[in-house]
Amino acid sequence: MSGPSTYEPRTGFTKWLDARLPIIRMGYDGLVDFPTPKNLNYWWTFGGILAICLVTQILTGVVLAMHYVASTDAAFASVERIRRDVDFGWLIQNIHATGASMFFLAVYIHMFRGLYYGSYKAPREVLWILGCVIYLLMMATAFMGYVLPWGQMSFHGSAVITNLIGAIPLVGPTVKTYLMGGPAIGDPTLNRFFSLHYLLPFVTAGVVVLHIWALHVTGNGNPTGVSVKEVKKDTVPFHPYYTVKDGFAILLFLILFAAFVFYFPDALGHADNKIEANPLQTPAHIVPEWYLLPFYAILRAVTFDVGPIPAKLLGVIAMFGSIGILFVLPWLDTSKVRSMRYRPFARQLFVVFVFACIGLGFCGANNPDDLIFKFRDDKLALNYADTVGNPQTEIFDNFATARARQQTLPATAGASIEISSAGFKWLWLAQGLSAYYFIYFLVVLPVLGVIEKPKARPASIADSVHKRVRAPKAASAGPVAMPQHAE
Amino acid sequence: MRLAKLAAAGLAALIVATPLAATAQEHGPAAGGAEEHAAGGHEFKIPAGGWSFEGYTGSYDQNQLQRGYRVYREVCSTCHGMKLLSFRNLGVPGGPFEDPAFANPNDNPVVKTIAAEFLLASIDSETGDPSEVAGKTSDGFPSPYANEAAARALNGGALPPDLSVIAKARHGGAGYIYSLLTGYDAPPAGLTVSPGQHYNAYFAGDTAAQWGGDPRFKPAGGFLAMSPPLIRDGQVSFDDGTPSTIPQMAADVGAFLSWAAEPKMAIRKQMGVAVIAYLAILALLVYLSYRRIWRNVEH
Repeated sequence: MSGPSTYEPRTGFTKWLDARLPIIRMGYDGLVDFPTPKNLNYWWTFGGILAICLVTQILTGVVLAMHYVASTDAAFASVERIRRDVDFGWLIQNIHATGASMFFLAVYIHMFRGLYYGSYKAPREVLWILGCVIYLLMMATAFMGYVLPWGQMSFHGSAVITNLIGAIPLVGPTVKTYLMGGPAIGDPTLNRFFSLHYLLPFVTAGVVVLHIWALHVTGNGNPTGVSVKEVKKDTVPFHPYYTVKDGFAILLFLILFAAFVFYFPDALGHADNKIEANPLQTPAHIVPEWYLLPFYAILRAVTFDVGPIPAKLLGVIAMFGSIGILFVLPWLDTSKVRSMRYRPFARQLFVVFVFACIGLGFCGANNPDDLIFKFRDDKLALNYADTVGNPQTEIFDNFATARARQQTLPATAGASIEISSAGFKWLWLAQGLSAYYFIYFLVVLPVLGVIEKPKARPASIADSVHKRVRAPKAASAGPVAMPQHAE
Repeated sequence: MRLAKLAAAGLAALIVATPLAATAQEHGPAAGGAEEHAAGGHEFKIPAGGWSFEGYTGSYDQNQLQRGYRVYREVCSTCHGMKLLSFRNLGVPGGPFEDPAFANPNDNPVVKTIAAEFLLASIDSETGDPSEVAGKTSDGFPSPYANEAAARALNGGALPPDLSVIAKARHGGAGYIYSLLTGYDAPPAGLTVSPGQHYNAYFAGDTAAQWGGDPRFKPAGGFLAMSPPLIRDGQVSFDDGTPSTIPQMAADVGAFLSWAAEPKMAIRKQMGVAVIAYLAILALLVYLSYRRIWRNVEH
C-alpha cells in the first residue's frame, strides 16, 4: 500500500546518509507521506493516543524506578517517600498510576473499534494478532506494576493470580514456583515482578514497532471497510491531515487524563492498597483494578465441574480462553464484509457485546453471592437438625414467632435463625454475560457471516464521502454489493 | 458539524465522568460502590461547615491543621505512630507550621521545638550502649512502642495502626475518622459487647455474631479495641481560642490526618487548573488548525 517512496534527499548530508541508512526515508514514508484514507473518524485516533500512553508510562516509570525500593520491608514506604519527598514525585507517581487506567481505557476503545469495523479481517490478521500480543503484555505489566506498591490489594491480588497459574495442569506448579521465586509470595517475588515490570514495556514497545510495520504494509482500514482503490482520490497524506486530527484527539484525551491526575487521583484505586501488605490479614473483598474486572467475573462465573475438569480449572480456562479467542477471531468471523455499518444484525449484537463486557466489569466488582435485586422481602430461616440429624429449615416472617419456635427445639438441634433472602445474584448475571461473550465469538460471528445479507456499500472511499451520499439501495444487486474480499 | 458534535460529546463525557469519579472516590472503587456502601453501614457524618479541603479548589485551614496536630500529639500519639512523616514535614508549604520566614522547614523554630519534645532511641557513639536523644527536624515520627509485640501486649492483642496514610486507607477518609471518633454511641439493646471491645456504628466490621435480635435489623458498624479517645470537651486546649468540643477535636484531627496522608494536595489542585487550562487552549488552537487544513478535503 505504501507504494514507491517519494522521499528525495536535498542536502549533501541527507543524500550521503540515505545511501547508507535510509532512516529519514523510512520516517518520511511512514509518518509524513503515508497515504491514509480520508474518511477516518475519531475512533481511529486511539492508536496515536495509545502511543502517547506507552511513552508516558515508560518515562514516568523510569523516574519512579530511580526512587523505588523493591523490598517487602521498604517498598510501601518508598512509594510514599516518592509522593512526599521527591521533587514532583507526587505528580510522577499520580501520572504513572492513573496512566495505567488511561492506557486501558484507550486500548479498550481501540479494540472495540477494531471489532466493529472488522479491522482483524484479511489482510490485517497479523496486525490484529500483534495488537492482541500487546494487550496481553499490557495486562501482565499492569498486574505486576500493581503489586509493586506492596499494599494489601497488591499482595492478596498477586496471591490470587499466582494461584490461578498454579491451577494449570502439568506446567502450572512449576511456572508458579518460578514466578514466586519461593514457596510463598515475598522478597523474591517482588524483585522479579519489579524486574519484569521494567522489562515488559520495552518488549511492548518492540511489538508496537511490528504492529506499526504491519499497519504500513496493509494500510489503515476505514469506517466503510472498502479498500483504497485510487490513492489520489481515496487518501490524504498522513501529515498534516492526520497529525493535526490525532493531535486534537490526543489533547482532548490528555484533558481527561489531567482531570484524574489532578482532581481524582485515588478514584480508580482501592483504599485497601494504602494499607501495607500483611500476609496474615486478608481483605474482605479482593478485587483487581477495574480494567481486569471483566476477566475476574468470567473466572468466578464458573462454579460447576464439567466431567473430570474441576470448576477452578474450568474458570481459569474460561478466563484465558476469553483472551485467547481474540487471537483466532480473524478466522471465526466468516463475513466478507468488514464494516458492521453494512451488517444490520451483526451491528446490534455487537452493541449487546459491548454492554456485556461492561456488565461483566460490574459483576467482577461485586460479590457473586450478593443480590442485584430481591424477589421478595427478606424472611427468616430457622435452621436446625431434626431428631435423626437431618438438616431442616423453616421460614418465618416474624422474628418473635421464629424465636418462639426455636425455643421449643432441644439444644441438641443447634437451631439458628438466619436471613433468608431470595433475589437475582450477581453470579447469575456474570454467567449469562460470560456465555454471551463466548457465543458472540463462537456462534454469532461464524453463523451471521453466512446467513446475514449485508447492506449496499459505497463503491469507493471517495464515493462514501462525496457530499455524504451513500450508494442507493436499489443498486445492491450491482457491483457495489460484491464481496470486497477480492479487492 | 459532525466534528463539533464529537467534540461536544467528548466534553460532555468529561463532565459526566468527573462527578462520577468524585462519587467513586468517596465510596470506593468505580464499580464497587454498592458493596463498599453496605460495608460502611451508613453515610459518614460531616462536621458543621463541611471540610475546607474538599472540592476542586479546597485547601487546608492552617489553624485547623495546628489544632489537629495538637489533638494527634496529645491524644492519638499515645498509641499511634506516624512513621512516614518527619518533623520537618510540619513546616513545608501548606503544612500546619509553615512559616514564610523559613523557606527551609528545618530552620523553623516551631518545628525544631516539636522535634525536641520527642525522645528517640539511639546508640551512644562513645560506649555503644542504647541511649535516648532529643529528636531533630530530620527525624521521623517515632512509634510509641518498641515493637509490634509490645504494642499488642499493651492493647489487648490489637495493633494500633500507623496513621501516616490512614485518611487514604479507609473509605470515607476524613469523614470516616470524624464519624468514628464521634460515633461511640451506646450499643443498641440486644447487642452484646465483649470485654475489651467497644461498639462503634461507623467501624467497618460486623455485628451479626453479637446480635441477639432479628438478623434482618442488625445494627450497623462493628467492634474495635480502641476505647473512645475523645471523651470530654476541653480535653485538648487550643491556642487559637477555638472551643475544644469533641466534634471540633474530631474534625480537626480528621483534617490533620488528611493533610498527613497527602501533604501535596494544595499544589496538586493548583497545578491542575494551569495544566487543564493550557491543554484546553492548545486543543482549541489545534482544532482550528484542523478545520483549516481539512477545509478543502471532503471527508
